Amino acid sequence: MKNKKSFVGNLFSRTYRSRTISFLIIIVGYILIELLLKTGNLSSMFQSLLVPVTCYIVAALGLNLNVGVSGELNLGQAGFMSLGAFMGICVSGALSSAIPNGLIRLVIAIVLGALIASVLGFVIGVPVLKLQGDYLAIVTLAFGEIIKSLINNMYVGIDPNGFQFSFVENKLSLAPGGKMLISGPMGATGTNRIATFSVGVVLILIALVIVYNLIYSRSGRAIQACRDNRIAAESVGIHVANTKMLAFVVSAGLAGAAGALYGLNYSTLIPAKFDFNLSILILVYVVLGGLGNMTGTIISTIVLVLLPELLRGLQDYRMLIYAVILIVMMILSNNEKVKNLLSLLHQKLSFGKTKEAEANE
Amino acid sequence: MKFEKMLKGGLAAVMAMSLVACSGSSDSSAPAADTSTGSDTTETTVAAAGAFKLGGSGPLTGGASVYGQAVKNAAELAVEEINAKGGVQFEFVMEDDEHDTEKAVNAYAALKDWGMQVSLLTVTSAPGAAVAPLYKEDSTFALTPSGSSLAIIYADLINLADPYGNVFQMCFTDPNQGVASADYLSTHTNLGSKVAIIYKNDDNYSTGIYEKFVNEAADKGLEVVYAGTFAGEDNDFNVQLSQAQANGADILFLPIYYQPASTILKQAKDMDYAPTFFGVDGMDGILAMEGFDTSLAEGVYLLTPFSADASDDLTKNFVSNYQNNYGDTPNQFAADAYDCVYAIAQALEASGATADMSAAEINDLLVEQFTSMTFNGLTGTDVTWNTNGEVSKAPKAVIIENGVYVGVED
Repeated sequence: MKNKKSFVGNLFSRTYRSRTISFLIIIVGYILIELLLKTGNLSSMFQSLLVPVTCYIVAALGLNLNVGVSGELNLGQAGFMSLGAFMGICVSGALSSAIPNGLIRLVIAIVLGALIASVLGFVIGVPVLKLQGDYLAIVTLAFGEIIKSLINNMYVGIDPNGFQFSFVENKLSLAPGGKMLISGPMGATGTNRIATFSVGVVLILIALVIVYNLIYSRSGRAIQACRDNRIAAESVGIHVANTKMLAFVVSAGLAGAAGALYGLNYSTLIPAKFDFNLSILILVYVVLGGLGNMTGTIISTIVLVLLPELLRGLQDYRMLIYAVILIVMMILSNNEKVKNLLSLLHQKLSFGKTKEAEANE
Repeated sequence: MKFEKMLKGGLAAVMAMSLVACSGSSDSSAPAADTSTGSDTTETTVAAAGAFKLGGSGPLTGGASVYGQAVKNAAELAVEEINAKGGVQFEFVMEDDEHDTEKAVNAYAALKDWGMQVSLLTVTSAPGAAVAPLYKEDSTFALTPSGSSLAIIYADLINLADPYGNVFQMCFTDPNQGVASADYLSTHTNLGSKVAIIYKNDDNYSTGIYEKFVNEAADKGLEVVYAGTFAGEDNDFNVQLSQAQANGADILFLPIYYQPASTILKQAKDMDYAPTFFGVDGMDGILAMEGFDTSLAEGVYLLTPFSADASDDLTKNFVSNYQNNYGDTPNQFAADAYDCVYAIAQALEASGATADMSAAEINDLLVEQFTSMTFNGLTGTDVTWNTNGEVSKAPKAVIIENGVYVGVED
């Protein structure tokens, strides 16, 4: 009995409270939505938003690890998503006859999407993370644009003879039974939509496990030490470049996984979707939720993805209102007075809790 | 510190962008004497008794909002006229998809929640290709005014097989525009014989027309002396233009949208290069562009199914009504949308469908009608559709003279 109590108490202790809340939000949210789905009470609009929201949450969690925990600005998260998305589409397309089961194909696609994004993240990280300053931001910004241009000019098809590639102009002549997987600026068309909300939620949970385990581990403390004081970190024997690399590669991998899920949720995906604006959008989710705050990231992503859709009733004014709400939220969350008010509220609440706890004892 | 600064700078940029995106829609919403759009629930329940719910999505904000607004305005105009006549009644809602595949799927879901029975699909191609399979799944009839990509009507693009069957197009497909352009140039040799092409190679509309044009040109004996590309927001075409000039091209084929085309016209003039400029329907809208010196477009040919100066009564009425309501001259997107609503009305009338039928029932009736009927509208006479959803109508060539489109007599 006593053991159990301390386990629960441990879950809500100062250190692990945010982790527990993150998991609770996702699990409770999932159960609620599944209930609504089963009883047929969820409108088509919400249903169509389920998978994209999970994708953005995973990508934003990855980015928060990189921007919030490791302190390196990454402006190319959309590029990694793009890699994962088109990799996932190619894998799923190539395996469609070999593995008819959509779920298995989806999992393979997500794993390979995460893998290719991590590998490219590693390749970029090797030279860049050895430098000090904002170089990662510049390089990832360029990387995102390069990936977009490359895929815009890439033609990939598959026929019984295997994969066929062509660049800049479509020179593929596919054998009968073949199909185009990526056709340049037209992107991927006719993709089997095999992404599901449940897989998305599992992906979020995996992302949370990875991110929190990393933060609470020795490596995580090393990552934060590098962020806070590079020289001090180096002086105690931490290899700064390698440590930052860990956060960056995990971040890229999560974006790749999110991209694969995203790509397999739509029958058509154009490379131009993953542009600089999308990278910034994900960064906005992260910053609004709070740097290093995973729970905040989850909530802000959900709110900001839903907001423009919920405002549809306002017709032409919705984008205006969206922008105003965004600015107001940014200002408020950085305002000293509001912060003081919140911390006061927090203190009162925790006082209540301790009193309760005392009374219980 | 630096890091924080960059963050703030980036976020400020985002806000600025979202504000810019808004301003796109403000210009056309000013003369809003319309009552037909309301998506508030009270109106819906009142009109639901006898009106078909007509939906659609398009870019009402953002870079491509010119097209979305034109379609929205013209469709509203057509709905008002048809409702005033009696007979088939419509209730029309246009959702914003920001020319984005993800938003288009969301917009479709919102329309579905509203209870849409018939649809104008989307205004632009890529969003259309993303939602077309959903229309097929849910058996809702769709007729797109301006989504010209083949991916909108075919699931299998390689063999052009496996059409959705209930998604129809009012405009030409991209390849058809390429074929029609090559046809026109090869039969009008007075325009020139050496063709240079500048196209946007990260855009499926542009590459689609280009590829088909080059194939056709070879068969028809047209000589393509140069093909230059650009991508994204490039706005310097001096290299491409001097290459075209150096290769002796006397026709410059521009299968691109009007924004880059306007820059090309300006830069060609600055370097004293004056070939015959030949555009397709994306060129439509160049005269309405803000800050564009229309004298640069003098003598530009474009292949479009609609010219606002045509002298038939239908066009005259449409243009004057549109100008009265919205304050500018309708372009081809508007005309296509207007025709779409009338074609749907005609088919509904002929099929005897009633507004209390489900979307799937209406879908079956409309598919049957569309594959058998003939439609006369602004953008063509004796318009027919095949079972794949492709339209068959004759393209018209117009030339820009004194700042207006003038039909070219054959």
